[in-house]
Amino acid sequence: MLENLDALLLARIQFAFTVSFHFFFPAFSIGLASYLAVLEGLWLKTGKSVYHDLFKYWLKIFAIAFAMGVVSGIVMSYQFGTNWSVFSDKAGPVIGPLMAYEVLTAFFLEAGFLGVMLFGMEKVGKKLHFAATLMVALGTFVSAFWILAVNSWMQTPTGYFIAANGQFMPGPSWWDIVFNPSFPYRLVHTVMAAYLTTAFVVGAVGAWHLLKDRANPHARKMFSMAMWMAAIVTPLQIFAGDMHGLNTLEHQPAKVMAMEGHYQSHPEGAPLILFGIPDSEAKTVRYAVEIPKFSSLILKHDLDAPLAGLDTIPDDEEPPVGMLFWSFRIMVGIGFAMLGIGLWSLWGRVRGTLYEMSWLHRAAVLMGPSGFAAVLAGWITTEVGRQPFVIYGVLRTADAASPLDAPAVAASLLAFILVYFTVFGIGVWYILKLMGKAPHAGEYGVKRGDVGPIRTAGITPGPTQNPGGEETLPTHAPGEKEPV
Amino acid sequence: MDLTVIWAFIIAFAVFAYVVMDGFDLGIGILFPTFNAGRERDRAMNSIAPVWDGNETWLVLGGGGLFAAFPLAYAVILPATYPLIIAMLLGLVFRGVAFEYRWRDPGHQKFWDAAFTGGSFVAALAQGMTLGALLQGIEVEGRAYAGSWWDWLTPYTLLTGLGTVAGYALLGSTWLIWKLDGEEQAHARKLAVRAAIATIVLMGAVSLYNITLNADYAARWLSAPEIYWVAPVPILTALVAVSMLRAITRERNSKPFWLGIALFFLGMSGLGVTIWPYVVPESVTIWQAAAPYRSQAFMLVGVAITLPLIIGYTAWAYWVFRGKVTDEGYH
Repeated sequence: MLENLDALLLARIQFAFTVSFHFFFPAFSIGLASYLAVLEGLWLKTGKSVYHDLFKYWLKIFAIAFAMGVVSGIVMSYQFGTNWSVFSDKAGPVIGPLMAYEVLTAFFLEAGFLGVMLFGMEKVGKKLHFAATLMVALGTFVSAFWILAVNSWMQTPTGYFIAANGQFMPGPSWWDIVFNPSFPYRLVHTVMAAYLTTAFVVGAVGAWHLLKDRANPHARKMFSMAMWMAAIVTPLQIFAGDMHGLNTLEHQPAKVMAMEGHYQSHPEGAPLILFGIPDSEAKTVRYAVEIPKFSSLILKHDLDAPLAGLDTIPDDEEPPVGMLFWSFRIMVGIGFAMLGIGLWSLWGRVRGTLYEMSWLHRAAVLMGPSGFAAVLAGWITTEVGRQPFVIYGVLRTADAASPLDAPAVAASLLAFILVYFTVFGIGVWYILKLMGKAPHAGEYGVKRGDVGPIRTAGITPGPTQNPGGEETLPTHAPGEKEPV
Repeated sequence: MDLTVIWAFIIAFAVFAYVVMDGFDLGIGILFPTFNAGRERDRAMNSIAPVWDGNETWLVLGGGGLFAAFPLAYAVILPATYPLIIAMLLGLVFRGVAFEYRWRDPGHQKFWDAAFTGGSFVAALAQGMTLGALLQGIEVEGRAYAGSWWDWLTPYTLLTGLGTVAGYALLGSTWLIWKLDGEEQAHARKLAVRAAIATIVLMGAVSLYNITLNADYAARWLSAPEIYWVAPVPILTALVAVSMLRAITRERNSKPFWLGIALFFLGMSGLGVTIWPYVVPESVTIWQAAAPYRSQAFMLVGVAITLPLIIGYTAWAYWVFRGKVTDEGYH
């Protein structure tokens, strides 16, 4: 089958595959790093061991997720050159510096303090350790800042000019490049998405253990914290998503037309198509279930406002409608399901039955992976919606690829698929195994078998440790000193 | 001095930092099977567990910096060495996750140990071969790579690949001399002697091969008056090699490691002499590949502010985990 595909399509599939896989990990670790910082901060402030136990419970999971994020992320930093060398040559002078800033201000920060965060509690003390956790959390956010500036510039390029040799050159102000029109919206929407993704994972783990033991104080605490996030952040996220959509309408109208399934222009108010099957041949949405004039209301805040359709866009500049139509609806549908969980939990809180509502707990378990699905659907919407351009309106994807033969790209794509599914599949399984264990008092942190990472002169040895892993380890009484 | 030259030195610094810092991580991976499963391997891995991630980040700075400061070079070199880069990335995937996975799944620890070694070996070999592919010359037409996708595979690139594997093994074994004690340290010493000899032999072979690659390279090293300027490089290399072998066998702790770094520094200086002022030898000079002044200046501000901080907190992280790796809690 692969022989029939050309090198360009294979390179696109490869980038889509590696970046989708990669983004699962930062989507989780951006939120989890912040959650860990909150847990450690609460522990230091209140002295309650439940926060310390939860910190160590989630730290083990963070260590695995972070390692997967790092190794899949390095692949991304080289994909630009291996598969998209024309793009790299042309856009390097503008986006290269932003990515260099990401390395300098974010990657080193995360990686430099990660070792202390994972293994250093005994060596540096609580306060410095907390500082290291904060630096890791800050690093994940700063990384999102820069890479989203790059992505947003590719969506809504500003502040550049094109030189005689075909390269994009920075204009007089870097501010115009970094703070391009879609960047603030995309940053807020993506970071909140990461927080919600993590919150629903934490909520699902809490709910899972509440279903088994509704008295478990650790499960209660994490479930409650996650449900606060669901109740407070989901409405904010829906609002931010709406703002982001309006921004897209202004700068990338064809993307919104495809999301809405508007093949035709509607001079007297456009309907909101809830469901249907887009047919790009016939340029219509079949079996459409629609609310008249509602799209105009949402997008223009006026029932009768005219809305242009894809009939105003040249055929060779249209994004693929079917994919966008569906990915957008999946994202929005999950968003409202998250809102439902948040409201349900508020109702439970008011009635004082948050920890007894087993149907809420079951629903929360079911929604555990929902953030990942929503994030992926959202990225498909925005990235596919930029097509057929890689730099919107200026450089076509077809003109950006490396001069490679199809077999070379096909072989590397197959290798990535095999390795990623195996290696990251196993990693996710290890994470699920850790999540399957109930959080408890005296939780262990990241363990390294018999051997503590490195001993500093003068520190007395910690308690006996077992090479088999923490399940065979003795439980420590709360408050007892133990390594993180 | 113009910014392009400054940036060439910054990239060279990043590559050097990567090569020595992840070099000893990868070297430990390469030597891992020679350590007994259990305590020996645990100690070897724990000597780098807190720092490998930061070490690997220099690779992203080297690649990202090349993309940003010399986009044309990035756009030519990566397609030319495509299979090597993909192999290196996949090797680093296995190596990186093995750090976590081997502790998570004691039943499959042997498998992840093998992945740790295999990944390290493939990454090291691919990095060395990429260097060789660059040095032997890359066919360029217009602003793009114009060769075939097997050009990178020659006896010369295999030699540079093996040289890199041996060099990393040297760094890894000397790091272990520093961080371990007792039997494991004695074992590391034995490994270091062999790795040092292999490294010196292969370095010499690559250097001689370089001179035969093209007339330009030979002129750099063998014609007067250049020879007076460059002669210190091979002379110092020989001196360092001898004192390193002595340090390894004379029960020194950290000295062999620092001399290993000095050896790599001299090797890289030699490479610099060989290819200057090209970034793609004989085809693209650093000035032809350079990003515009505004891009370089913008990034230089960032480097000037952040690089001292990065070096500072990296040094702190190393300081926190200083000293011998011991079995905490092992009675």
